[in-house]
This record gives sequence, structure tokens and C-alpha cells, in this order.
Amino acid sequence: MLRYTIHRLLLMIPTLAGVAVLVFIMLRMMPGDIVELRLLAEGGSVDPATIAAERARLGLDKSLWHQFWDWMGGLLTGDLGTSMWTGRPVVEEIASRLELSMQVAIMATVLATVLAIPLGTLAALYQNTWIDQIIRVFAIAGLAVPSFWLGMIFILVLLLSFNWIPPLTYTPIYVDPWQNLSQLIWPALAVGYRYSAVATRMTRSTVLEVLREDYIRTARAKGVWERLVVSRHAMRNAMLPVVTVIGLEFAFLIGGLVVTEQVFNLNGLGKLFVETVTRGDYTMVQALVMLIAGFFIFINFAVDLLYAALDPRIRYG
Amino acid sequence: MAAVPAPEITYKVPKRRHPVVQFALTQPLGTAGLLIIIVMFVAGVFAPWVAPYDPLALDYGAMLAAPSWEHWLGTDAFGRDVFSRIIFGARTALMVGFLSSIIGCTVGAVIGVVSAYFGGRIDMVVQRLMDVLLSFPIIVLALAVVTVLGKWKVLGLDMNLIVAIAIPMVPKVARVVRSSALAIREMPYIDAARAAGFSHSRIMFRHIIPNVVAPYLIMLTAFVAQAILLEASLSFLGLGVTEPSAAWGLMLSGSSQEFYREAPWMIIFPGVAISLAVFAFNLFGDSLRDWLDPKLKL
Repeated sequence: MLRYTIHRLLLMIPTLAGVAVLVFIMLRMMPGDIVELRLLAEGGSVDPATIAAERARLGLDKSLWHQFWDWMGGLLTGDLGTSMWTGRPVVEEIASRLELSMQVAIMATVLATVLAIPLGTLAALYQNTWIDQIIRVFAIAGLAVPSFWLGMIFILVLLLSFNWIPPLTYTPIYVDPWQNLSQLIWPALAVGYRYSAVATRMTRSTVLEVLREDYIRTARAKGVWERLVVSRHAMRNAMLPVVTVIGLEFAFLIGGLVVTEQVFNLNGLGKLFVETVTRGDYTMVQALVMLIAGFFIFINFAVDLLYAALDPRIRYG
Repeated sequence: MAAVPAPEITYKVPKRRHPVVQFALTQPLGTAGLLIIIVMFVAGVFAPWVAPYDPLALDYGAMLAAPSWEHWLGTDAFGRDVFSRIIFGARTALMVGFLSSIIGCTVGAVIGVVSAYFGGRIDMVVQRLMDVLLSFPIIVLALAVVTVLGKWKVLGLDMNLIVAIAIPMVPKVARVVRSSALAIREMPYIDAARAAGFSHSRIMFRHIIPNVVAPYLIMLTAFVAQAILLEASLSFLGLGVTEPSAAWGLMLSGSSQEFYREAPWMIIFPGVAISLAVFAFNLFGDSLRDWLDPKLKL
């Protein structure tokens, strides 16, 4: 197990390095750098000497190798630098937004899990009956409805029926839980629906698969109470892939909030990402991408370890 | 003595139906999806004849008009007919959806086959590269690519958008196709082809690729649905199709959000169009998988 863990950990390094190189190159390929975008945005002509001075201040005059090297050195020592646009430390900028996005993501995950596992199991147990059909339509519709539009529909319904819209300013949950929830529950519902649809489909198909296994027939044949067959024998074995899907979707959710945050005017990671990409704020984009991709890679790693720990048949390398 | 008549032997030959009929009979949901897709196609291709108004025509006399006989789904803040814009939007959605899926799936399939066929070090490197691409959330990758490429129009199509939507598909397709191709590589007829002295490219393109067509087609339909969603999201963010073109995601962005109360039809109908289109492609894709290759996992 230890060898496997180390092996998997080492495999994360080339992937992360690849992400870093890719982001670095992509950013440098963008038309117009931050200095041009910022100084020329106001219109009129700017003295080339000012532009050069600004580039020098931000370290953009150095060679690409040098810039990459500086960034890598900073990353390895835990220094993410400062935002090129606001001048504040990247860590601070991200931390103030991470809280909000994390909360929405966690709420959506809880919602999705609570809905998906019972619904998916129910659909599998009553395969091809009307219960199954309804749940399948619910799930397939969840994949079709764009989350951001669902959010807009929530706002529309709330506005037209209660003459109320969710608050626009963020209040941390430890300051005023009610205010906080009345703002964040809607985006969580909007992204949670799609998420639960994915997990419901996964649950249904794995439970169906497990129910056809020999040991389920054996359990039934020896007279185990049907409810126990489902809860002890079937569910336990079916949950592993479901947990995987939930974990991976969670990692994607952090980035996937990008559009929904715009609808609710939430100042989260997604909004920050869109802003910084369009501004060409290299240090911020690099840090955000490394964070999101790193998170995803880590969850992947954790899921693999979980598999190996739970299923003794899996031992690679 | 009358001769005993020879017993008549009847063979029950199962009737062979046309595959399209067979698909319609066994996959009613998928057929429903296919019908919606066909309606979308007809509307998109014949948009100028189907749409009652010019999608770009401004009519300041009829701004924010509610749905009526004249404007079935109302008008937007510039007095443009929402129904006509949705019909022209189908054109945009299908063009972007199909082109990006065809590009993404084809590139992914070629990478998957090459990687599986050569194996060894090439396979290792290619798989690591695919891992890197997979660790980006789709929208983050697409957003970055769209910005990097900037405005790039070919024949009136936003190529930067199409490429940005296609790139996140590549690693997924490559993975699935690679695993199919790995099994095919071990088949005796590949050994035979090799023994006959065929070139690598001939073996890959003539012997392996035809055998991964089923997963390729299934993924293609599934990804058209995803591409339509992604196009809508990017256009909504203002990074995809831009004004004044008609696109569903674009119709939801900008001014329509200022008129929640005055003109809810501007919010409702484009979203219904997106959902219906994605729903149809998902239904059809699911059924296609059940029909062609039930064991394929995406």
C-alpha cells in the first residue's frame, strides 16, 4: 500500500508540471499583455517609455525562461506573488473568494448526494417501471438544462411571485447564517441539479450491475431479508463508483461555477477567473489554474487510494 | 392408398427490418430525440424561410413586446423578434456543435489509435499529455483557449470558439478510443496485416480505425450536446458568439438580465431552446449507445 501511494504521488508531479507549462505558454500567447490592456484601455497614446517602465516593474521584460523560472521558484517555496492588476498578494485575493465558492460547492455536493443516492437506487430496484422512467427523465433533463439558465429562472420566479431577489452582497455564514443561506442556496440548487443528475445516473447503473452479481442471488437464496440484501450486499458494493463520480464532479464544480456566479453576481473564484483572464493578469490566472487543476489531481489521487484501500484486488505496481 | 402428403415445413425466418425502422422500434426515446434534432436541422438550414422576421431587424416601435400573434415569443430590448432569433440561433448552435465535435472527436480518435498502436514510450508521453488536459475543468480550458486565439473568423464562423470547444473533448475521446484500439491491436488480422508488410499508417487507418467507428459515433452525438451547452455558456459570458449574431446563450446575456420583470420571455425561451436541443442529443446519444455498444462507458 505504501509503495502504491508513493508511486501514485510521484505520478502527480509530471501532470502538475505539464499544467504549469501549458498555462504559462497559453498566457504568453494571448494577444496584448496586461500593460497594453491597462494603459491603452483609456484611449489616447501612451509614452512608450512608460510602457517599458511598467513592463520592467512587473518583470515582463525578462526572458520567458527567466519568468518561468521565477514563477516556479516562487511556487516551490509557496510564494504565489502579487496580482499584476491590483497589486495585492495573490493568496489574499484568492482566499477572500475561495470561501464563497467552496461553500456553494459543498452545498451543491450535499444536495446532489442526498438526492442522487436514493433516487438512483430506487430507479434500479424498480427498473423499467414508471418510477424508473420518471427518475430517468429527471436525470436526463438535469444534464440538459444549463445551470446558469436555471439560476436565472430561480431569480425570475422569486421576483415575480415574492417580489424578492437573493441579496447581492456576500455575508459570511458565521456572521449571519440566514442572510448567507438566502443568498447562496440558489446557486447551489442551480448547479446541484446537474450534479445530482450525473450522480443519479451513475448510481442507477452501478446498482443495476451489482444486483446481477452471483452473491446477490446467493444472499436471496439463503433467505436474507430483501431490505438487507439491498442495503448490505448491493449498496455497499455499488457505492464506490458513485463516490468517485461525486468526488470528481466536486473538483470540477469549483471551476464550473464560472458562469453561474455571473448570474447571481457572486464574487467567487469563477468570476475572479473570468476577470483575470480577460485582463491578462498572468500571476493570478497561473495561480488560479494551478489551484483548480491541483485540486482535481489531488481528488483523483485520493479516489485511487480509496479504491486500493477498499478493494484488495487493486494493486498496481 | 392415398399418398401421405409431405408435411409442410415452415421456417420461421425473423423478418429483417431496415436498421432505421429497427432503431425506431427498439429505442422510442432515442427516436423522439432524433425527431427533435431533425426539426432543429430543418429550422436551422431553412432559417430565412422559416423565421417570420429578420433576426437582426431593429424595431423601436415594438421594444419588449409581449408574446402575441405578431411576435409569437415577444421581442427583445431592441425590438428584435425572439422567435426568429431562436430559429437563427439553432443554426449557430448546430454549426458550432457539429464542427467542434467533429474536430474534437477526430483528433482525439487519431491520437488514441496512434497511442495504442505504437504503445511503449509514445503511449506513455501521449497519455501524460492527455492527463494534463483532463485536469482542467472544461470551461476553464475553453475560456483560456478562446482568449488566446482571439477573434478568428472563417466563413463567418467563430473558429476560436469552435477550437476552444473541441480541445477539451480531445483527451476524453483519446482515452476511450485508445482502450478500444488496444484490444483490436491484439487481433490476428492485425498480425496478418503486419506480416503482409503493410505500412503502419495503412494498418492504423484501414484496419483499426474502421473498428472504432461505433464509439466514435456515440461520443460524437454525446459531445454535440456538450458543445451546445458550452457554446451557450461562453456566449453568455461574452466570449463566444458576439452581437448582433443570433445565438441562444448570447440572447440570455447582457440586456435581457435587466428586464426580468418587464420581459421574462427574453429569459425563458432561449433557455428552453438550449435545454431542448441538449436533451434531444442526449436522448439520441444514449439510445445510440444502447443500440451499437451497450458496454461502452463514457
